[in-house]
Amino acid sequence: MMQWTKDPELQVQHLTMRFGGLTAIGDLSFDAGRKQITALIGPNGAGKTTVFNCITGFYKPSEGMIKLRHPDGKEFLLERMDDFIITQKAKVARTFQNIRLFSGMTLLENLMVAQHNTLMRASGFTIGGIFGSGHFKRAENEAIEKCKYWLDKVNLTERADDAAGDLPYGAQRRLEIARAMCTNPRLLCLDEPAAGLNPRESDELNKLLLSIRDDHNMAILLIEHDMSVVMGISDHIVVLDYGRKIADGTPNEIKNDPAVIRAYLGVEEDENEVAIGNVKVADLVNEGLTVHADVSTRTMPKISAAPKKPVAKKAAAKKAAAKKGGRK
Amino acid sequence: MEYFLQQLINGLTLGSIYGLIAIGYTMVYGIIGMINFAHGDVFMVGSMVSFIVLLALGVTGGSGAFMIIFALALVVVIAMLIASVYNWTIERVAYRPLRGSFRLAPLISAIGMSIVLQEFVRIAQEGRPKPMQPLISGGYELMHRTVAEGGEFTVKISNMQIMIIVSTLILMTVFTMLIQRTALGRAQRACEQDTKMASLLGINVDRTISITFILGACLAAFAGLMFLLYYNVTDFFIGFLAGIKAFTAAVLGGIGSIPGAMLGGLVIGMIEVMWSAYFSVEYKDVAAFTVLVMVLIFMPQGLLGKPEVEKI
Repeated sequence: MMQWTKDPELQVQHLTMRFGGLTAIGDLSFDAGRKQITALIGPNGAGKTTVFNCITGFYKPSEGMIKLRHPDGKEFLLERMDDFIITQKAKVARTFQNIRLFSGMTLLENLMVAQHNTLMRASGFTIGGIFGSGHFKRAENEAIEKCKYWLDKVNLTERADDAAGDLPYGAQRRLEIARAMCTNPRLLCLDEPAAGLNPRESDELNKLLLSIRDDHNMAILLIEHDMSVVMGISDHIVVLDYGRKIADGTPNEIKNDPAVIRAYLGVEEDENEVAIGNVKVADLVNEGLTVHADVSTRTMPKISAAPKKPVAKKAAAKKAAAKKGGRK
Repeated sequence: MEYFLQQLINGLTLGSIYGLIAIGYTMVYGIIGMINFAHGDVFMVGSMVSFIVLLALGVTGGSGAFMIIFALALVVVIAMLIASVYNWTIERVAYRPLRGSFRLAPLISAIGMSIVLQEFVRIAQEGRPKPMQPLISGGYELMHRTVAEGGEFTVKISNMQIMIIVSTLILMTVFTMLIQRTALGRAQRACEQDTKMASLLGINVDRTISITFILGACLAAFAGLMFLLYYNVTDFFIGFLAGIKAFTAAVLGGIGSIPGAMLGGLVIGMIEVMWSAYFSVEYKDVAAFTVLVMVLIFMPQGLLGKPEVEKI
């Protein structure tokens, strides 16, 4: 029996997410072990981000259960909780594919915001904060210490007072992880943390994630396309394709799994047709433009019902570009 | 020169009041991206409540200084409390249910709430203006010009003006500290930038928005009291014009920027007073709103606002 089924931090059972008549995730069950890095992989549009959205309360799943088990025995059913309660009580933190820092605030402030609830309680809901009570001062100092620790950990100490938006891309990625860690999470969900990083940066990221797992006893759930990251650091890999789990195991098992190879490398046309029962509208939205390139390489039914947002944006951008070109 | 100095003082006083109201507009816009058109009427409610409480306490200009200060402190607290309850309720019943809907919906709802408040006060308190005995009198002569120097003229600053300017300064300092230094202020700025992300960091966004409305209402109620004491009159309609002027101030300073709202308020107050002093009193509103139009055309992001950058 694998470690993750013995003592899971997160149990996902029969999770199903439908958007109208389309099934983005179908009957997905997997466990994420304590102190383990669990990678969620799969081709574009497989439903990985939708799983994250269900775990962090962005979506209410159509069916299924998502249970988080703290080491002290407390259990939380995430599918019944609001998003901010999930962070506050169940202690789940998350990052996104695109960077969502508070770009106008300094690095330090970004990390302080993550400790909002502790500070609010300590400041007597702000009243003590205005009059500078000693209790609040102490809590604030502790919070700043924590910020310093994480800034140091991600090598950004000397830029603590710069606006987060001024950082280079790789540093912003690291800061996002630091901010997520400042919420004192039990489970850290990272959506493509290595996207857009150069090899050196992604190597640093690996070290950071391993240290978070080992030094802070964290369970990490990871969506990643960079196979060197996935194979290098994860203890457990779950492979999704078209919203269904096709494989689940250690990196070595996954590498040699025929179903995984088929999903990634593709198969003959006629065989592929079979797998097209469920189209993933949500992921078209979530994964934005990248998915469109992928859609064309795979045989997918026409998606007229898909939300128009990313497409419209693309079209508008094209239009603007055409206009610019025309003027020249 | 002396005449100009006098107008400067008057402008500063009026501008302080506008600035206090403008902060409410700008904060709400910053956090949920809508104009709370009922905010001017919350200011009116604040001034009306102040009037009623002062009447009930029975203090007049003749009461002792201690009595007046005590009464004013009580009035400030009550007016802020009641205005907060109003603004909080408005947000709860008229804006929150519409938050997910299209942008125009809460705006229309806001105009509706503005009319509701006005009519409610008009019916409950009668439509005629309510005059009051001056409560704070006296002042200082700053400069005196004799006939020989070019006409008799005295530059005066009244105690009332000093009180308005000083208390506004204090209030704005406290407020800036609140936004810059406390966890609450940080949460508010975080919500302003990315509501979804803020809630993922464990911030209760709904509560933060409610607190924003309450803070705005407190400042507006204080402005309402100052207005009442300065002009010694109030009625159910003062919220409309003052609200629109404060809104202009918020846009002028750069909507969404709190220092911008303070600066915008001062500028609008100054323009209005200077225009009345040197040109014509009748057209002072025209002058103020011309500025709004000019700003919208030539400087859409306002004096201290950040221009919106779109990445392609």
